[in-house]
Amino acid sequence: MAMFEIFKKRSSGEMAKQRLQFVLSADRAGCTPEIMECIKNDIIEVLNKYVEIDSEGLDIRVNQVDNENSNGGPSLFANVPIKAIKRSV
Amino acid sequence: MGEVIVITSGKGGVGKTTTTANVGTGLAKLDKKVVLIDTDIGLRNLDVVMGLENRIVYNLVDVIEGTCRIKQALIKDKRYPNLYLLPSAQTKDKTAVTPEQMKKLSDELRDEFDYILMDCPAGIEQGFQNAIAGADRALVITTPEVSAVRDADRIIGLLEAHEIKNSHLIVNRLRTDMVKRGDMMSSDDVVEILAIDLIGVVPDDENIVISTNQGEPLVGNDTMAGKAYMNICHRLLGEDVPYLDLNLKKGFFSKLFNKN
Repeated sequence: MAMFEIFKKRSSGEMAKQRLQFVLSADRAGCTPEIMECIKNDIIEVLNKYVEIDSEGLDIRVNQVDNENSNGGPSLFANVPIKAIKRSV
Repeated sequence: MGEVIVITSGKGGVGKTTTTANVGTGLAKLDKKVVLIDTDIGLRNLDVVMGLENRIVYNLVDVIEGTCRIKQALIKDKRYPNLYLLPSAQTKDKTAVTPEQMKKLSDELRDEFDYILMDCPAGIEQGFQNAIAGADRALVITTPEVSAVRDADRIIGLLEAHEIKNSHLIVNRLRTDMVKRGDMMSSDDVVEILAIDLIGVVPDDENIVISTNQGEPLVGNDTMAGKAYMNICHRLLGEDVPYLDLNLKKGFFSKLFNKN
């Protein structure tokens, strides 16, 4: 039981940090879930011209990640599983 | 040519005016010629924090409207030969001044002063726009609380949008005891979240209340906050000053060292 207690109890400082990181990634992206949905649909539409994609497994997010390309700002991550390349193009 | 620094935070009550008073006084103590400008029109405060409230004749709006010359409105702080205050107007509102007028004013002051410090009002409306209009650099103040940090993030974004690239963070009112037991974000946590360079960490120190009561900034005196503010002044002048031992993580040694 004691072991579980240790894992369950997160310090309030740590909670504050995690909550802030979450809320700021949304603030910085400055876009609503509706806009995200539009971006997602447009990406699917464009990709569909060239490849057959698995729209169920599609994952598009705006993240606040520290990497050298993002300059501290938000970045758009897209993970698009491809089922097949369309040969006709 | 003087440098214009805006002291801003987004959220109210995190210590903008206290920081302006102490950093400005500290720079004056380091032989820089400094003018403090209270840009919070309608909510005048910097004068009382500085202990200069009884000496106001003209104010910022009088200068902007041409009722008086700049020199007539500047209050000379008799305690420090290089320190001046331009108080805000108490009876007007923020629309009495435009960002263009503020930029013109700060540019005129550059010839006369080494540092022009703008004490920014809370919020992101016109008062904020006025305060940042002529600024070369910014000191962003936050406390280690979610609301203040969130607002600071918004402010940092707005400063970038206004091409003020040289922004530094001051984490104010840090409580070492709470950080140690995990109940407050450390200054490292806040820096990590906001991703801007730190220039100072000021501990939560009851001496700040006492100094404000007395109208005498405590920068440079033998208190934790007084030392922290003086370190910020040195760093503003480009000196590399080690951080005070405030926010060590849990440990035997940190307990020993924090007895000061």
